[in-house]
Amino acid sequence: MVSPILELENINKSFGHVHANKNINLKINKGTIHGIIGENGAGKSTLMSIVFGLYQANSGKIKINGKEINLRSPKDSIINGIGMVHQHFMLVENFTVLENIILGFEGELVFGKNLEKAKKDLKNLCETYKLNIDLNSTISDLSVGFRQRVEILKSLYRGAEILILDEPTGVLTPQEVDELFKILRSLKEEGKTIVLITHKLIEIMDLTNEVSVMRQGEMVGHTKTENTNKEQLAEMMVGRSVLLRLDKNDSKTGDVLFKVEDLSVKDDLQVIRVKNVNLEIREGEILGLAGVTGNGQTELLEALSGIRKVESGEIFLDGNKVSDNQNFLDPRELKEKGLAHVPEDRQRMGLVTDFKAYENLIFGYHDQQPFSKSSILKHRDIITHSKKIMEEYDVRPQSPNLITSNFSGGNQQKIILSRELNENPKVLLVGQPTRGVDIGAIEFIHQRLIEMRDRGAAILLVSVELDEILSLSDRIVVMFDGKIVGERENKNVTDRELGLLMAGVV
Amino acid sequence: MAPVDKSKVPWWVSNLIVPLVNLTLALLVSGLFIFIAGENPYQAVRLIIYGSFGYIEGFAYTLYYTTNFIFTGLAFAVAFHCRLFNIGGEGQAYIGGLGVFLVAVNFSFLPVPMVWLLSIAGAMVFGAAWAFIPAYLQATRGSHVVITTIMFNFIAASLMVFLLVDVIRDTAQMGPHTVALPKEQWFPSFKDFAALFGIKIRYSPLNISFLLAIAASFFVWFLVWKTRWGYEMRAVGHNTQAAIYAGISPYKNIIIAMCISGGLAGLLGVNEILGVHHKIVAGFPAGYGFTGIAVALMGRNHPIGIFPAAFLFGILYQGGSEVTFDMPNITRYMFVAVQGVIILFSGALENLFRPQIESFFVNRLNIKASA
Repeated sequence: MVSPILELENINKSFGHVHANKNINLKINKGTIHGIIGENGAGKSTLMSIVFGLYQANSGKIKINGKEINLRSPKDSIINGIGMVHQHFMLVENFTVLENIILGFEGELVFGKNLEKAKKDLKNLCETYKLNIDLNSTISDLSVGFRQRVEILKSLYRGAEILILDEPTGVLTPQEVDELFKILRSLKEEGKTIVLITHKLIEIMDLTNEVSVMRQGEMVGHTKTENTNKEQLAEMMVGRSVLLRLDKNDSKTGDVLFKVEDLSVKDDLQVIRVKNVNLEIREGEILGLAGVTGNGQTELLEALSGIRKVESGEIFLDGNKVSDNQNFLDPRELKEKGLAHVPEDRQRMGLVTDFKAYENLIFGYHDQQPFSKSSILKHRDIITHSKKIMEEYDVRPQSPNLITSNFSGGNQQKIILSRELNENPKVLLVGQPTRGVDIGAIEFIHQRLIEMRDRGAAILLVSVELDEILSLSDRIVVMFDGKIVGERENKNVTDRELGLLMAGVV
Repeated sequence: MAPVDKSKVPWWVSNLIVPLVNLTLALLVSGLFIFIAGENPYQAVRLIIYGSFGYIEGFAYTLYYTTNFIFTGLAFAVAFHCRLFNIGGEGQAYIGGLGVFLVAVNFSFLPVPMVWLLSIAGAMVFGAAWAFIPAYLQATRGSHVVITTIMFNFIAASLMVFLLVDVIRDTAQMGPHTVALPKEQWFPSFKDFAALFGIKIRYSPLNISFLLAIAASFFVWFLVWKTRWGYEMRAVGHNTQAAIYAGISPYKNIIIAMCISGGLAGLLGVNEILGVHHKIVAGFPAGYGFTGIAVALMGRNHPIGIFPAAFLFGILYQGGSEVTFDMPNITRYMFVAVQGVIILFSGALENLFRPQIESFFVNRLNIKASA
């Protein structure tokens, strides 16, 4: 039997008390696409960083083609034919594609022969794998999807036989994902081996030949993809069965609670990003706003929550006008009127990560009873409140005095949600509620949002995850290039149809 | 080396052991300097300790310097919690002194304790006003406070020289200083207190401003951690975007933080005018405003840290001047270098040995816990 191209034996890795990888065994066969799936913090990225030489294992063996090797740095890995495409690209923005790829491998002081050879080799690689990259374009001019291809090309040029991709689709549009998958399949056809780290089950089912599941630092299962299904994988990941489809009743809608008329908004560079948008959300209704990142959703949410100035148009809350381009309420006044906002980017906007958890649990409500009285914070009441709310929303660990950056992404999100939902708002604006959140917490967050809806809140859900929009919303609007390009009842729409709207095709 | 899990590090390791190790290293390097200069470092240390603790007047001097460093250290710390690098403490203290003097002179018909309270208020208002202009420019125009406050130090110095030469100079004297305040307005000094208990000591500048410095420390602690104002200032400092999201105005908080900072720096004027000189003399802030930056950074911008840091610098100032008397090869500037080394080790190189020390203690504690 041929030995697997990459084999891990009893890999262990600890960070202080945290045992990130426990006795990991893994065999990856040549010419396959191998998926590694697990929740955030399951140890996937740690394991792959060991394979790429970024970390050293405490114990265990790494074999390539049956031969044991010692990886002390990424350089060793590259020599052994291992390449990695990181979540955050490692490219110099103002260099061209070519300059980025040869960086560190220039091989000559004055560019000449070697550069010409590199150009030729790269052109061949591009043709073989249909990468379709112009070597002379500057990175900053390229879309995210193309930058990722540059990373892939870089690894191939350095002789990668095994290509590790860490959550490659997180930043891509559905169309870009399709393109990426095409490239990965053609790589496989040419005999390359691909390791795909992801927490998206659908990608595993679509693309991989074999899949390994990790949970809490352990490898809990290996299987051929054709022998499994999404439900089974989800159960292995979480360790219990998970509702992938939400149980929810039809909504009982009432009066219009939130209305946006002819709204236009400019961004910081004075470019109009939201163009004459009209929206209506009723009591007891979730309106899903779908769209590819960067089509004006961020500016829309900021304008609706009072953070960004309205250029033209009007916003009504519960029948009263709250904002137009002359007068607008600031976020605090809007909060008092019953509008809560879970921002898209929790670390940039929703939290002060250096604050203690209890300080973030009152953030934005800190000047209200019972948290403060004549400008003095009432520490004891705040702590009592925090303990109660952390228990209610299952924030772990349940320690109000812990600095917020020490919580996992999912728990940070729960801190924000608990803070905003606890006030029982009439209108709730939610941006990307489950971005970077693990499956168990996603389920919890979705259930809370449905509960809020059933209690009569009007909810605007902005998300780039189509699955999320489809499983939560009652009505869906699609935003493209700052405009609302379509509105559908959730019952009679398919993700294909939405995908076309999102791409601005229809 | 694997990063240490921060939440597992006991507070006393990161807040006591690490600074002490850094300080020890700084002192060892300073000792080397003294050795190179041709003096015995051990002897120098003995002189420093004797000079700052060895006799009562020396100790009083140490506490007098400590008082000034507490004021300027607190001033820097408050602004820093809003991520404003207020290096204008020197100028704010100078103008604060003007406030003290003008109030004391113009309200001299009031009972003395009233004059004192009004003078303290005057110091804070004048200091705050001097900080307000850079704050306003930062908040509305984005002019960086580092640039504007340092320029305001120069403006303050020039303005005061102008006033001391042409406007409020004591015309009976040649020097650039004002007339002295009436004696009953002078702050009771440490010497007066000692005399109450029948102890006769020689002069030292220590006075009841020291108690004001302790009170100011409590005030800053309460303000920053216990009030809505401090909470909002810290929110703006750590994450301006998030503050805007929560309805907290960065504009308002930048101005509030800088004005409180300037007010605290102004209190240095109380110590110097009411407590020591009893008049405005040219250049009385004498660099305390700048040393305050180091004090605040070393004290991790917390009043509990600022006190020992201010005390340490007090020891260095007082003990250092003792050394320069006795050791001909050591000049005043040598102690500026020593200060520099301390700032280098406890500020810039603060994290040099932190990972090693922390993991050492974490591992030790683990062994103990599992044994």
